[in-house]
Amino acid sequence: MTILGTPDTKTSGVDRRSFLRVTALAGGGILLGSYLKFGETTEAFAAGTAAAETALGNFIRITPDGIVTIIAKNPEIGQGVKTMLPMLIADELDVDWKNVRIEQAPLDTTKFQGQSAGGSTATPTNWEPMRRVGAAARAMLVAAAAQQLGVPETELETASGVVRHRATRKEVKYGELVAKAATLTAPDLASVKLKDPKDFKIIGTRVTGVDVKDIVRGQTKFGIDTVLPGMLYASYVKCPVFGGKAVKANLDEIKSQPGIKHAFIVDQAGQGGLMGLLSGVAVVGDNWWLVQQARRKLDVTWDEGATASQSSVGFAEQAASLSKQAPHQNLRKDGDFEGAMKSAAKTADGAYFYPFIAHAPLEPQNTTAVFKDGKLEIWSPSQTPAGGRGIVQSALGLKPEDITIHISRSGGGFGRRLSNDYMVEAAAIAKQVPGVPVKLLWTREDDITHDPYRPAGFHYFSGGTDASGKLVAWRDHFVTFGADGRTVSSANLGAGEFPARFIPNFVIDQSLIPLGVPTGPLRAPGSNGIAFAVQSFIDELAHAAGKDPVQFRLELLANEQPAPTQAAQPAGAPGGGRGGPPPIQFDGKRMSGVLQAVADRSGWGKQNLPKGTGMGVAFHFSHRGYFAEVVQATVSKDGAVKVDKVWVVGDIGAQIINPSNAENQVQGAVLDGIAEALGQEITIDKGRAVQQNFNAYPLLRMRQAPPVDVAFKVTEFPVTGLGEPALPPVVPALCNAIFAATGKRIRSLPLSKQDLKWG
Amino acid sequence: MAVSFKVNGKAVSVDVPEDMPLLWVLRDVLDMKGTKFGCGIAQCGACTVHVDGTPTRSCQRRVASVAGTSVTTIEGLSADGTHPVQRAWEEIDVPQCGYCQAGQIMSAAALLASKPNPTDADIDQAMNGNICRCATYLRIRQAIHRAAQMPATVGSGKSNQ
Repeated sequence: MTILGTPDTKTSGVDRRSFLRVTALAGGGILLGSYLKFGETTEAFAAGTAAAETALGNFIRITPDGIVTIIAKNPEIGQGVKTMLPMLIADELDVDWKNVRIEQAPLDTTKFQGQSAGGSTATPTNWEPMRRVGAAARAMLVAAAAQQLGVPETELETASGVVRHRATRKEVKYGELVAKAATLTAPDLASVKLKDPKDFKIIGTRVTGVDVKDIVRGQTKFGIDTVLPGMLYASYVKCPVFGGKAVKANLDEIKSQPGIKHAFIVDQAGQGGLMGLLSGVAVVGDNWWLVQQARRKLDVTWDEGATASQSSVGFAEQAASLSKQAPHQNLRKDGDFEGAMKSAAKTADGAYFYPFIAHAPLEPQNTTAVFKDGKLEIWSPSQTPAGGRGIVQSALGLKPEDITIHISRSGGGFGRRLSNDYMVEAAAIAKQVPGVPVKLLWTREDDITHDPYRPAGFHYFSGGTDASGKLVAWRDHFVTFGADGRTVSSANLGAGEFPARFIPNFVIDQSLIPLGVPTGPLRAPGSNGIAFAVQSFIDELAHAAGKDPVQFRLELLANEQPAPTQAAQPAGAPGGGRGGPPPIQFDGKRMSGVLQAVADRSGWGKQNLPKGTGMGVAFHFSHRGYFAEVVQATVSKDGAVKVDKVWVVGDIGAQIINPSNAENQVQGAVLDGIAEALGQEITIDKGRAVQQNFNAYPLLRMRQAPPVDVAFKVTEFPVTGLGEPALPPVVPALCNAIFAATGKRIRSLPLSKQDLKWG
Repeated sequence: MAVSFKVNGKAVSVDVPEDMPLLWVLRDVLDMKGTKFGCGIAQCGACTVHVDGTPTRSCQRRVASVAGTSVTTIEGLSADGTHPVQRAWEEIDVPQCGYCQAGQIMSAAALLASKPNPTDADIDQAMNGNICRCATYLRIRQAIHRAAQMPATVGSGKSNQ
């Protein structure tokens, strides 16, 4: 991995409502936590909390032995947050990383804010607040040392967990100062002095994941590994057609099977729609394998409901028909599209399609729950435990204070565990067998056939370039899923999405197809499909204009338009992400920077490649990150695709916090995108998912993984997140490479369904 | 029926249906949670263990068929977690979510036992049955090459097989 350039960090302002509180602990330690004043957070109002303030969840415990324990409040799903957030505190606190311990916090909305994983938000929301907590704690220890040594604070310095008097070299360990520090007034978080980035000792270094030592020894406990005394195991069988109902089942026969203790029908209840508690049949027994044996004998009569008439073939027919009609809605209209097309030197049309795809995290969905004395205790690998509690509450009629949720480590997330269907199912089953802990574990087939899929999408593009080869006209008739003017989850296209503002005559129209299939955010939601369509069609226009695809894009990025004449901006534009800080507007200069850099690193335009081998380029802005990528791919004469190499340049601001994890996340995201492009598709037939397991729904394998060259262009902008934004560009870059290799334009995914034979 | 075999050097005897897969015997009868369930059809490799040294998908291996064998799981790959593959995995910082890594490590250890200096092609072939959904493949490849250069044991880090 390469870091390009090292400018100074500019920090954003701190929230002036936040303050630090210090508490003395039994045994001589101290606990430092940051809070927001009550009444000034809308979340506190909404939650109706009686507390005088709400905690930000940045907690540090320092004990007399000098060990610093940092509470990791957010769920760890493989994104590295459990390592990254404590690095921020530890560096400002000036302690050695080896003396830092990490503890996973349970869900506690009275103590912590934002205990969720999603939208690449942990870095932008925590980068400065976490550092301020660490710096404030350090300032208190310095103040305590000044009193103890009888010298002014200005004569003291810190390093590796000690305060040192510069002149006399006299040292006091942090652990020896905590008792005194507990008696001091906490400093103002907003004005506490942060380190100069050049003095960082932990931030910017390669830090191994805090759980890696346990993972390689098989000691790490994931949700699926939860064990409680006397625990039973459960399967929950839902209608293969989304939203269908269980009418009756051979429950007595099932209950007579070896090891089976209970079998019962559960009715749909509560909030969450298709990702809430759906109707189904619970089978509960002594071990999970016996439950599966009984399940094979299960015979359920289903009321399949209205969705049984829906299919992928039908969606494609509806989209084709809608594309020829006036759109249901206009999302954006700048300039005079029709006029510009009439006077254009070159025009092109392209109908693009991307399919439904599933998340398929490797740890199948599961939750363990016990219902006792009116209270429910849950162990769940959820990305949004608070959301899960809301659904459980509504489905089972419980009060929030009667539900305790422990956050388990997740074996992958990718957005799947933003939904909490498995949690409410486990809770509903546990409520039926009071006092007995129950572990619900889905099969892989349950997972792939009941996923909140990345929605399919259809884009009908027209575009035109002028005599100089400049892109002057663009229309996207986006046919997506929804009803009554509202798209289903993750099926929206923001009116500000690039290339909006960079083409003078620009239209986005939208039409909706009703959908009974659940959808939801998948890593880089929205962007993971939109980037494919937009960056592929830009490539078509570049070739139509006879321009080099990199040069064409650089000219486009330099063509930012004055304020639009008319623009509508629906909520939740993919560029902004969910939650966290407000979205930022796309900056063409930052994108040009990474695009030029990736062209240089890949040797773009300088290689003489044989027929069948080609390079493709694409860029995309999402989750506040700028990524440009080049793919070199080879297509054999009989149409087999091999990705030879990928070059990535990203701009996520002024600091790469943990280069080891940053490289790992980017390589993983890029390979994830390649897997999606190569072979992933969920087909809907008669209202159900056709693919069920990895034999029909292929994940990437070792043999398919090309080298991925990763570089970051360090800029002066705020530091932002990395779980998602590297994924979207690789899909169109690969498709554009295939065009360069074969002359075949890819307008439909996955690649495994396209005829790529040539020669 | 009662089935007797060795797990990580210790003799065990379990009384379970003979067609129960080894995976579920390990996880739910012997409470050894290091070996993972991913697909149930031998497509993902998360459940990989060694049976008499051979990498085996335990989700498809009937427990009756391991009677009298010696089974090694991730918990017993080395006495103290210092098998070269484990050390290399830590040094390269391979995992993201970590869920598949027990299976990856067991496949890699078996590869190195038969081919101490594998080529990239050897690695692709030996590891192609192990899915990493986070796609840490580039680091897995790097870590296997690194492990090949390491001394076989550190201290007591010796296989229990």
